[in-house]
Amino acid sequence: MTLKTTPLNAAHRAMGAKMVDFGGWDMPVNYGSQIDEHHQVRNDCGMFDVCHMRVVDAKGDGVRAFLRYLLANNADKLTVPGKALYSAMLRPEGGVIDDLIIYFMTEQWFRIVVNAGTADKDIAWMKQQATTRAPQLTITSRDDLAMVAVQGPNARTKVWQVLPQTKAATEHLVNFQAADCGEYFIARTGYTGEDGFEVMLPKEKVEAFWYDLNKAGVKPIGLGARDTLRLEAGMNLYGQDMDETVGPLESGLAWTVDLKSERDFIGKAALLANPPSSKLVGLVLLDRGVLRGHQKVVTPHGDGEITSGTFSPTLEKSIALARAPKDVQIGDTVQVVIRDKMLAAQVVKYPFARNGKGLI
Amino acid sequence: MSNPTDLRYTASHEWVKTEADGTITVGITDHAQELLGDMVFVEAPAAGRKLKAGEECAVVESVKAAADVYAPVAGEVTAANADLDNAPEAINNEPYGAWIFKMKPDNAADVAALMDAAAYQAHVDSEAH
Repeated sequence: MTLKTTPLNAAHRAMGAKMVDFGGWDMPVNYGSQIDEHHQVRNDCGMFDVCHMRVVDAKGDGVRAFLRYLLANNADKLTVPGKALYSAMLRPEGGVIDDLIIYFMTEQWFRIVVNAGTADKDIAWMKQQATTRAPQLTITSRDDLAMVAVQGPNARTKVWQVLPQTKAATEHLVNFQAADCGEYFIARTGYTGEDGFEVMLPKEKVEAFWYDLNKAGVKPIGLGARDTLRLEAGMNLYGQDMDETVGPLESGLAWTVDLKSERDFIGKAALLANPPSSKLVGLVLLDRGVLRGHQKVVTPHGDGEITSGTFSPTLEKSIALARAPKDVQIGDTVQVVIRDKMLAAQVVKYPFARNGKGLI
Repeated sequence: MSNPTDLRYTASHEWVKTEADGTITVGITDHAQELLGDMVFVEAPAAGRKLKAGEECAVVESVKAAADVYAPVAGEVTAANADLDNAPEAINNEPYGAWIFKMKPDNAADVAALMDAAAYQAHVDSEAH
């Protein structure tokens, strides 16, 4: 099978990237040291090729009402133009189809950004739901757009240096808010736990933008550091920390699910009928070693499993997210089976690190 | 980095240095550390442990992945490099200096039968295709 490539493929190779197959995409895992790239983002700024993620525009009358039914989080929370909302999209049985971000632009236009691996499935689901609920809507996959994330305490300044014409429209943006600047759609969002922008722009402009950022001193960051940054920030990775077989309440996403209001949404009845028996917890390894996905977690309340584990460059300890029985509590010590050993880990409140600092 | 010609090599990417007293020192090659990336944890075998040739005996873990290290020949472990406990990144910085363990081979001829630098390079090149 031929791997899919983003418009930045040649630039990655020119910058010395080590390329890997990431869900069928030929993507950079690092450009040298993954740990250096991680610190680069926490302490200064770096740029990520996220062109593989998909931008979807939902347009037409009643788009808000449609999203209110389609998503577990409530689109009515968005009242200020440009504001963004993180949500799970659920199956009627309650499993997570994908996690995504919606941006409220106008009452006729919401922009949605979905994961790469699930994009085709997501769009098919949205269109299927719209057929009966909101046939007047147009749901368009914006394959003409590219996306670059610039993240870190100095990220916004660097973007303004490269795109000075966008500064006036974007300097007032609060966290989780976007501005439509013509060719550039700039959102103060990200997947690192740092300040920064995600910039959507025409595909044919992205390579020049990437090199201009690099000339301004922004270093390229691979998927390796993207994973350690998001895990430290306590952000789920779809396909690893959740999928269609688990619900949002078992996946640390209760804060994104509105079960109190009268609003009906796909999956709501299933969530109300099936209270969760497990939950997502943070772990910090007390013994020496490295926590990894699928390792077994032994607790007095039954066994659990690590969904994502790594070495945290900020904490210099191994950390993980794990799905554990619901009675496991913060502060508990649990055992993780690593090869032939049982190693002690502490259950902690996550995120583990954000805004340049460890939180544990 | 080229592979030192005074060492022997295994197909599983360990390097082996024969010391004056007949013991051997074992580490992982530059190619292996390059594939694994930033090292964050090393678990070396305890002194006194008897190993069969090819037996899993140590683990190196990078941010990305865990990898087994295999005994290049049969013998008994004589020492583990405790310096790697606090500085596993030495394997990235100096793969042919940062040894993982030492052992006394049962049979010196087993060591001589391992690949030389040129044969190892040919092996790496063949794996890349």
